[in-house]
Amino acid sequence: MNDQLLSVILTIITAATPLLLAAIGELVVERSGVLNLGVEGMMAVGAVSGFGAALMTGNPYVGVLAALVAGAALSLLFGFLTLTMVSNQVATGLALALLGLGISGLMGESFVGQPGVHLERLHIPGLSEIPILGPILFGQDFLVYLSLAIIALVSFVLFRTKAGLIIRAVGDSHQSAHALGYSVIGVRYLCVMFGGACSGLAGGYLSLAYTPQWVENMTAGRGWIALALVVFSSWLPWRILAGAYLFGTITVMGFSLQAYGIGIPSQLLSSLPYVVTILVLVLISRNRALMRANTPACLGQPFVPDR
Amino acid sequence: MEYLLEALHVIKVFGTLKVNDDVTLKVKPGEIHAFLGENGAGKSTLVKMIYGALQPTSGEFRWMGKSVTIPSPAAARKLGIGMVFQHFSLFDALTVAENIALAMPGAFDMKKLSERITRVSRDYGLPLQPTAVVADLSVGERQRIEIVRCLLQEPKLLIMDEPTAVLTPQEADQLFVTLARLAGEGCAVIYISHRLEEVKRLCHNVTILRHGKVVANVDPAKETAASLARLMVGGDIHVVKSAREDQRGATRLKLDHLKLPADGPFSVELKNVSLEVKAGEVVAVAGVAGNGQSELFDAVSGERSLASAAMLAIDGRPMGHDGVNARRNVGAAFVPEERLGHGAVPGFTLSQNVVLTRHSSDEALVKSGMVSSGGAAGVSQRVIKDFDVRKGKPDPEARSLSGGNLQKFVVGRELDRKPGVLVINQPTWGVDAGAAATVRQAIVDLARQGSAVLVISQDLDEIFEIADRIAVISRGELSEAYPASDLSSEKIGLLMAGAHELKETLHAARA
Repeated sequence: MNDQLLSVILTIITAATPLLLAAIGELVVERSGVLNLGVEGMMAVGAVSGFGAALMTGNPYVGVLAALVAGAALSLLFGFLTLTMVSNQVATGLALALLGLGISGLMGESFVGQPGVHLERLHIPGLSEIPILGPILFGQDFLVYLSLAIIALVSFVLFRTKAGLIIRAVGDSHQSAHALGYSVIGVRYLCVMFGGACSGLAGGYLSLAYTPQWVENMTAGRGWIALALVVFSSWLPWRILAGAYLFGTITVMGFSLQAYGIGIPSQLLSSLPYVVTILVLVLISRNRALMRANTPACLGQPFVPDR
Repeated sequence: MEYLLEALHVIKVFGTLKVNDDVTLKVKPGEIHAFLGENGAGKSTLVKMIYGALQPTSGEFRWMGKSVTIPSPAAARKLGIGMVFQHFSLFDALTVAENIALAMPGAFDMKKLSERITRVSRDYGLPLQPTAVVADLSVGERQRIEIVRCLLQEPKLLIMDEPTAVLTPQEADQLFVTLARLAGEGCAVIYISHRLEEVKRLCHNVTILRHGKVVANVDPAKETAASLARLMVGGDIHVVKSAREDQRGATRLKLDHLKLPADGPFSVELKNVSLEVKAGEVVAVAGVAGNGQSELFDAVSGERSLASAAMLAIDGRPMGHDGVNARRNVGAAFVPEERLGHGAVPGFTLSQNVVLTRHSSDEALVKSGMVSSGGAAGVSQRVIKDFDVRKGKPDPEARSLSGGNLQKFVVGRELDRKPGVLVINQPTWGVDAGAAATVRQAIVDLARQGSAVLVISQDLDEIFEIADRIAVISRGELSEAYPASDLSSEKIGLLMAGAHELKETLHAARA
């Protein structure tokens, strides 16, 4: 029983971590006033790049780095189109999602069916051997710890430092930020690239830790759930943590119920996270006061400095 | 050093338009120097160049006798130039202290900064709570943030772009005290305003701009408001004529204990608003922005439905549940505050915009679902002619018109229907003196022909010019409507601040 519970908890953590990484990155992007809907595409490219780099070097950490860089590179394209060329953010983001999925399929053609390199879980002698708590607290791979550290870091930077204040200011009123002499476009480029890097990491986590192999479309809609999580969190970092683990639990619950042979069609169970996403979004969006208080006022609006 | 700032032969060209044409002026330390001019005279462009937000096409600025270029607002702040914008450069979701921290160079220490804010704001009579969130503050308080933000940088020159346009008379008085004190300490102030009385009272020196050129530099003490106006416009300003008769007809618009819940955290709840507007009269609702004016407009126009039909009646018919079109069909017309985007679709031509508000009330415009473009063009040409709308093409897009001309069109479009009830929010906001006079005259004429007109405005001069009765809105509550002759700016100011005990004083005075 203990072993079963342990394995469920460990699966929840692995299911939650990619959502957490992608969502916290997108949260920073949206706090700066940019809506990048291309998370799914950046995750896919991160996944295939991470997998390929790890396969070629045999080192999963090189894979993690490659996933991060690939995600950031794709987001740079998004930044160029929406910030420099002032294209529509929604349309460009949707295109980026499709583009990323397409590129990843192309890049990963020769990787299909190859055994991947596994990002090992840490093993701390003594600590990791404590029953139940040991493997949960001290036996995860380093990306799990990194994802938690990123949440804490983002929360600290956004609300305790001047850099974070500037990010929030740019997202709240780009005209005012510009009038005070801040580089709106520059701040947004940095935030978009941070978001891309996080999405890339999320993808890398899928192909290096979650299931160490490459399958086309292996992101399976997680990018979209991450976008919903940002709204769910009402743009507050610690709520991303709660939301990601809630959604991780729902996903795993779907699998577990299937394993127990409960008489619900498996398609219905695997759609559970998406149904819950819609439900949660509807419930949250009904509370207009909650939505408006933290929503970046300039979200999705293009910025063109006046003459 | 005799002059703090000198502008020498400054020229600024946008495309083919010369916005500033050979502007030369000098500002002394400790002087309050007014820039007067109509909209489009080039005042804002000039101060933006002084503040480094724009670069002159040619010409020179001298700062304390030395020639300087001011490449950015940050460079201007470093020289000691601060600016309070007409449209505040504040961040609604952030606190007062965070807003100020964004403009301060150097280390980020919120605690120390909060203490400095409290100290400076107390010293200059500008009370501010550093932890308050801007969205919850009144316009007057927001302006204080901007001013304190400048003061913390110990400026030698403070630029203020139409600072009193958004203040109650009492708040404006407080501001004048602060500015006089600053000038006494040696800080120069560049003061942009449309309000001539204010300039006469406060300023030491006036530079008047017209069509981008400096037309005069005068001592305001030796001028009258009328002579300043003549210099600004280059001729006499039309004075609104209204034969004030006490021939009021039946009540055409009635608000009966109208209640409307707040629409979000930054919205105001309307509490028990009651008002009657009779045929033949103009009733004005005065108040400081953000006290429920837009909510009142939404409730009266039908953009937001009311809880009970009886809360609003047009010509005796309860219409509280009906939408905008149903209210238009019984003879009402509405002009919202924001002309571009709310009053008119920016990318549509003027004739298309005519169809948008009149498709259901004018049979000639839409026949069995088909738009009659000829009919729409006819109406639009008539409005353009009657209201002297100046435009580049025969049927231009709404966004290509200047603010004043679009306002004349949007108002004209509704007046052209000869509505029985007209509700108009901020009829002349951001419109130059000439266009404003046209719009005001048209409003008064409509009322004298037997319509009921409700004007929501923040401009007291305008209200006294056109209104027969005046009510004041404050925190979602509407005062009784007093005859305009019983009120003065001071009394309205007290009502704006929410001093309802004034009611008793007024009753006593009348008894």
